[in-house]
Amino acid sequence: MVPLPYYLIVSGILFSIGTIGVLTRRNAIVIFMCVELMLNAVNLTFIAFSHELGKIDGQVFVFFIMTVAAAEAAVGLALMIAFYKNRESIDVEDVNLMKW
Amino acid sequence: METFFFAIVALVAIVSGMLVVKCRNPINSALSLIVTFFCLATFYVMLEAPFMAAIQVIVYAGAIMVLIVFVIMLLNLRTETGSRYTHAVTVGTIIGVLTLIEIVYFFSGGRSGLTGATGGLNTETIERVGHTELIGRSMFTDFLLPFEITSLLLLVAIVGAVVLAKKKI
Amino acid sequence: METLAMPAINFAAIMPETILSAVAMALLLVNVFVRSEQKAYLGYLSLIGILVTFFPIVAGWNAPVELQSGFNGAVLQDNFSLFFKGIFLVSAALSILISDQYMQREGCNHGELYPLILLATAGMMLMASGTDLMVIFLGLELLSVALYVLAGFNRDKLKSNEAGLKYFLLGAFSTGFLLYGMALTFGATGTTKIAGIAAYVAANPMITGNQMFLVGMLLMGVGFSFKIAAAPFHMWTPDVYEGAPTPMTAFMSVGPKAAGFAAFLRVFMIALPAYKPEWSALLWVLAVLTMTVGNITALFQQDIKRMLAYSSIAHAGYVLVGFVAGNAVGTAGIMFYMLSYAFMNIGAFAIILLVGRKGEPNNNVADYAGFGFKHPLLGLAMSIFLFSLAGIPPAAGFIGKFYIFSGAIQAGYIWLAIIGVLNSAASVYYYLRVMVFMYMKDPVEEFDWLKVTPAHALCLLVAVAGVLIPGIVPGYLLELAQKAVFF
Repeated sequence: MVPLPYYLIVSGILFSIGTIGVLTRRNAIVIFMCVELMLNAVNLTFIAFSHELGKIDGQVFVFFIMTVAAAEAAVGLALMIAFYKNRESIDVEDVNLMKW
Repeated sequence: METFFFAIVALVAIVSGMLVVKCRNPINSALSLIVTFFCLATFYVMLEAPFMAAIQVIVYAGAIMVLIVFVIMLLNLRTETGSRYTHAVTVGTIIGVLTLIEIVYFFSGGRSGLTGATGGLNTETIERVGHTELIGRSMFTDFLLPFEITSLLLLVAIVGAVVLAKKKI
Repeated sequence: METLAMPAINFAAIMPETILSAVAMALLLVNVFVRSEQKAYLGYLSLIGILVTFFPIVAGWNAPVELQSGFNGAVLQDNFSLFFKGIFLVSAALSILISDQYMQREGCNHGELYPLILLATAGMMLMASGTDLMVIFLGLELLSVALYVLAGFNRDKLKSNEAGLKYFLLGAFSTGFLLYGMALTFGATGTTKIAGIAAYVAANPMITGNQMFLVGMLLMGVGFSFKIAAAPFHMWTPDVYEGAPTPMTAFMSVGPKAAGFAAFLRVFMIALPAYKPEWSALLWVLAVLTMTVGNITALFQQDIKRMLAYSSIAHAGYVLVGFVAGNAVGTAGIMFYMLSYAFMNIGAFAIILLVGRKGEPNNNVADYAGFGFKHPLLGLAMSIFLFSLAGIPPAAGFIGKFYIFSGAIQAGYIWLAIIGVLNSAASVYYYLRVMVFMYMKDPVEEFDWLKVTPAHALCLLVAVAGVLIPGIVPGYLLELAQKAVFF
């Protein structure tokens, strides 16, 4: 038996790596992959808790998170393709027509 | 023994997670992400959730990552020549590291009373009924409404993707 | 094999959502047979669907408790959620009325627009009536995914692409925080039902010592703050509002914000009533920051859509004041305010849409020079909306603000109310600046391209009525709002 906090710490580390990636990378696709990393860290947290508490709820939640991730991936990648068609780049630093 | 195995898998997961952020070429990032997903699937098996491990590999590493890799190829993204990072690199790193410290601190701290109300799911039930069936039962009874909402969500995603990316609509 | 024990479903509790999604799916099918210049008919059909949806909402008002909840307590259609559902329907209907003209002008009148709006509205409704974190999360995602598409709907225009992409990246990022918060809360309490969390907290008072639970609630708060565009999580708002097609800006400036507030209120008020002093102290800071940042930045805006985007951040701040107050008056004030905000903000965007031409070249405040003389009626309507946004009587915006601030004073947050009033006074400057251009500058343009279609005129009429009538005789609506408060 691996104790619960170990899983939580691993998922916390993965979540932080994802956060750093989202905040620092320029490529929109890489940013999206970092978001996926964050979501996966959340999934690990849910399943670890679900196991610890003996409740299936957390695993069902993970199932829905995966569905949402798939839906978001479809729409997000379509947005990136539309952006790329007009801009020839998916660098978020190019998302700068609008500045205050 | 199990803890040792856990440590190895965790190490691989974290290192490949870092590579996702670090790699110059988006394809390499994507492949590192797949490695992380496989490590997480291993964790799910260790946590007695074999069905989740299966769909982690099939849906996440299989479907979603293939979609991402497909788009990377379609847009023909090469290794980034210039800077990979935004101007916010210091701020971002500081925020991220703070999150990290906080999380590790909180979890390694008050270990007593860490978790809430418990349920009846245990190794014996999982082996007797089967994990997939448990998930299915729960999804079609307790969580029927969320399940129905996902169907709408997928519909929106399909319509949205077609509207945004199809050549002629 | 034993049979599945089905839960108590009670379709009445999700009737509005069911109707909207059924209409949306039917429209998707009809869309195939409608030629591209006649897509306006889809808009009319969706309006009929929205009108039909009002019936279960009116019928469900004050329904007995056992008819309110459905799906094993996953949704609760109480008066609170019904009031919010009314707000969502109003904002969707008004946005649909102004959509067709704009979409034809910009050459992106794809019929998929209307089903997406309806499904987004269904998502908002699920957020407002969800009592399970899972339902709230999925409702939020249904709403957000539809809005990502709607923000980037004008796919040949770079600005719209950017708006969609930016909204998507930041929205997905904030979803991560929201989910992590939900995961930690689940771990700390062992349930995802809000009532279950409340019961667990009540039974285990020592949970305050459990930092995991507190961090979970905090992260959930961050996730919701992103959605309601509260400072310092507001960065995406101006860009997305500016780049998105104008009718969609109008839509997303009202409904999603109201939905975010509904879910935010329900989670915090029901699950954590005992720790109100702690979280209201945090929200106090958030409210002041949001109001001030929104108003001060709005002072310097030249683009009118951006100006309204910052003003909408400021309005989120006013609503947060009512949230901090946390009493019946403040909460009723929130609901009343969100409803009148739907009328005044969408009305203002309807005028902006008329003044803009293809590609929206004249969105600057200076382009409104002499507008009030060339089109007296439209100028008058715009003045009414701006007065209401600034909170000047007799418009509805004044009554809403009045109630929110008096709720804050009743709860003892005198300073917060004072800061709110000061902010409101500062905001008058930038709203009146538009009026100064409209009435005190010589016209530069002839504004001869303006064409008010019947649908547009209807939208403006409804919006003016919705601003003025509750502003002059607020009694009935306020009574409804007070009955809708769930505690």
